[in-house]
Amino acid sequence: MRVQIAATMLSRVTRLTSRTRQLDPGRILHTGSRAPQSVAAHLDDQAADDGPRAVSRTSEKDPARHGEQHEGLHYDIPLQDVGTLFPQSLPPRFSMQVKTFGEACLMVRKPALELLHYLKNTDFAHPAVRYVLYGEKGTGKTLSLCHVIHFCAKQDWLILHVPDAHLWVKNCRGLLPSAYDRTRLDQPAEASAWLKNFKTTNERFLSQIKVQGQYVWNKRESTERGRPLGEVVEQGLTRAKSATDAVGVVLKELKGQSRAGGFRLLVAVDGVNALWGRTTLRREDKSLVAAEELALVHNLRKMVRNDWHGGAIALTLSQTGSLFKPRKAYLPQELLGKEGFDALDPFVPILVSNYSPKEFESCVQYYLESSWLQHEKAHTEDGKKQLLFLSDANPGQLERLCAHL
Amino acid sequence: MAAPCVSCGAPLSYRLFLGGRVSFARRHGVWKAAAAELQIGAGSQILRLRHTTGVTTKKNVAALRRETYTVDFIKKQIEEFNIGKRHLANMMGEDPETFTQEDIDRAIAYLFPSGLFEKQARPIMKHPEQIFPKQRAVQWGEDGRPFHFLFYTGKQSYYSLMHETYGKLLDVEKRQNQLQAKGLFSENTKTKDLIGSRWLIKEELEDMLVEKLSDQDYAQFIRLLERLLTVQRDAEEEFVQQFRRSVTIQSKKQLIEPLQYDEQGMAFSTSEGKRKSARAKAVVYEHGSGRIKVNGIDYLLYFPVMQDREQLMFPFHFLDRLGKHDVTCTVAGGGPSSQAGAIRLAMAKALCSFVTEEEVEWMRQGARRGGSRWGRELSPRDLGTADHRPTRQGAEEAGPGGRPQEVHLEEALSAPTQAGRGDAGVCAHVRPTDGRDLPASVRACCGMVCF
Repeated sequence: MRVQIAATMLSRVTRLTSRTRQLDPGRILHTGSRAPQSVAAHLDDQAADDGPRAVSRTSEKDPARHGEQHEGLHYDIPLQDVGTLFPQSLPPRFSMQVKTFGEACLMVRKPALELLHYLKNTDFAHPAVRYVLYGEKGTGKTLSLCHVIHFCAKQDWLILHVPDAHLWVKNCRGLLPSAYDRTRLDQPAEASAWLKNFKTTNERFLSQIKVQGQYVWNKRESTERGRPLGEVVEQGLTRAKSATDAVGVVLKELKGQSRAGGFRLLVAVDGVNALWGRTTLRREDKSLVAAEELALVHNLRKMVRNDWHGGAIALTLSQTGSLFKPRKAYLPQELLGKEGFDALDPFVPILVSNYSPKEFESCVQYYLESSWLQHEKAHTEDGKKQLLFLSDANPGQLERLCAHL
Repeated sequence: MAAPCVSCGAPLSYRLFLGGRVSFARRHGVWKAAAAELQIGAGSQILRLRHTTGVTTKKNVAALRRETYTVDFIKKQIEEFNIGKRHLANMMGEDPETFTQEDIDRAIAYLFPSGLFEKQARPIMKHPEQIFPKQRAVQWGEDGRPFHFLFYTGKQSYYSLMHETYGKLLDVEKRQNQLQAKGLFSENTKTKDLIGSRWLIKEELEDMLVEKLSDQDYAQFIRLLERLLTVQRDAEEEFVQQFRRSVTIQSKKQLIEPLQYDEQGMAFSTSEGKRKSARAKAVVYEHGSGRIKVNGIDYLLYFPVMQDREQLMFPFHFLDRLGKHDVTCTVAGGGPSSQAGAIRLAMAKALCSFVTEEEVEWMRQGARRGGSRWGRELSPRDLGTADHRPTRQGAEEAGPGGRPQEVHLEEALSAPTQAGRGDAGVCAHVRPTDGRDLPASVRACCGMVCF
């Protein structure tokens, strides 16, 4: 029913907007164009006010029901969900936008829909399938991943979300030799931060899942078999030194128990190419640290192997935070390197590309509605064409461009 | 004849000593003849050895005075030049009969390659008339009496020209009065097309007369010619045309590339552009969706900076053709900004094939309409800084493409900037009545000198 209404509104609106376009040829974004002078017709845009809302937004808040008819439309995530699912793990510009607009709106796009479709049809008896979102810079990989995470959360999966793996391989202070394995290094700060976010996201599972092994943290503390997972997490949060080991334990437990079928596990890692790249970390003796010498990275690598079942793995490649990779690289081969590519080998690649014309239009409408675009020529046809040209329909570039207007 | 030499001051330097040949030929209207023609001796030839320097004064005045060339000397030079030309043609394997000045220039540049920056310091081989400055023949006869009746005015050529012109004016007025009296006067429907030409400037007139003029003289002369034209538009066409120079050359300089068609039948047009040391070639297809590929890479990836992409946008935006053409271009040299500028120019030139003539003209005027700041009228305040950029805030009324582009569309081809009519910055004395383009050198010098 809602879909029908949306469709009729859509057709009505396109008729309206085409009329406004004819009446409004005179507005220009830059001075110096040759358009004939005509009566200012921006009032006509106001007439189609409730119309465009349907073009750029949809009221369907459940990602499970998103389908092709919602493609290009924005749907908003309730803010409390944002707080639970993405505690400090949204991309910085997007979180600023959320704060400014007071709402978190994601656009429903084809790659995300494709991935949702796969997830809906997963067979949990088979080993976890790896999906890799790749694409050029600024095309929307991270936000597509967020969309998928929201869907899985709604479906009551356990979310294991690493917002940016690059943060684990650069700019880390306080590396300690691991208590568990002398050759590896701990990162207490990053591990504790991640444990905190994990706890916020998956509060309700922590009491349900029971630990299956016994873990001795130090002389005084240990966790017995059968204790809830929450205790491990608490241990990691209170004792910074054992945080990394706690993370390792959590990962191991979850992997082991997901096949039991008690819950479904989604492993979502953004910037997974960091795991197989170089690091910029050095030990006290100024020798370089390789990626596998970091305990966190080591454990995470084990996690993204497809030797477990009962869930799915969604990964994103990212050049933005990557180290030592050329700016234009975006293909999996380039960003993962040989080692990474072999490790991830059977995976489903999903290309995320720039906006299609419809999506672009929708995005601009959204900005206009939220009064983000203040330039008086922004809502004219010519202005939109200029935006299209300058940003080349790249979502990241468009966002940066609109921030100036 | 030492006395006349000393008595006449400035024109002294223009005296051409005949080396003894003295002529009594007198001519009216000698203002033109005196310049280039050599006095042909007729009459008694009294050989007198004439020295060019004041040796009698025993000072080395030779260095102070301009060199004077004898007629024989010039003739010899001309002969040598012609023979040299034939030798050169032989050397280059060309036909000596049809060896033009351009061929000579090319041959010299080939045989004597020079890396000097100053073009005028490089080896040249030109006709002696262009190398040796024009000098005036001696103006008086053996008995000391000058040939020209206006000699004692000091500026005989100028005054005789004025005299002639005024005579023509009176003639024209008389004819008109007669026609009016007879009632055959008709409004002249034939308006002479003066649009594409301009009056001579002072320097050019001085060259023609081989005489120094003052600004007031020049202005007076031009006023007289204008007056002649107001009485009758097509009066004395030949005479007047001698004093007009065409300016249409610049605006016609833009060649419009013909459209080419590729295998699928899609029309496209190619052209080149450059900026600083970047060279770009652009191929613009007629139908497309606004995709631009630079060296095979999408322009978003090639130019991460917004400013460069704005530069690319400008030609399309100006013609309201955003998103209608596909472009493939190659660029080399320079940095990102200059590459962007080069591609911009190349695209603009290629677009000329798709647009009408008026739009091409519109693009030429593009600078004035706020496209880029270059090519605009520079106010005297702007001329105060070294690179003529405004130093005040809010000086950019233009859009984001506000950097001075050396080569924006056709402005580069119509090099002189438009002289502002009634612009306070231009000195009055050089303002041509037509208000047309002045050579940039003149305008620049006026701007600098007067303010």
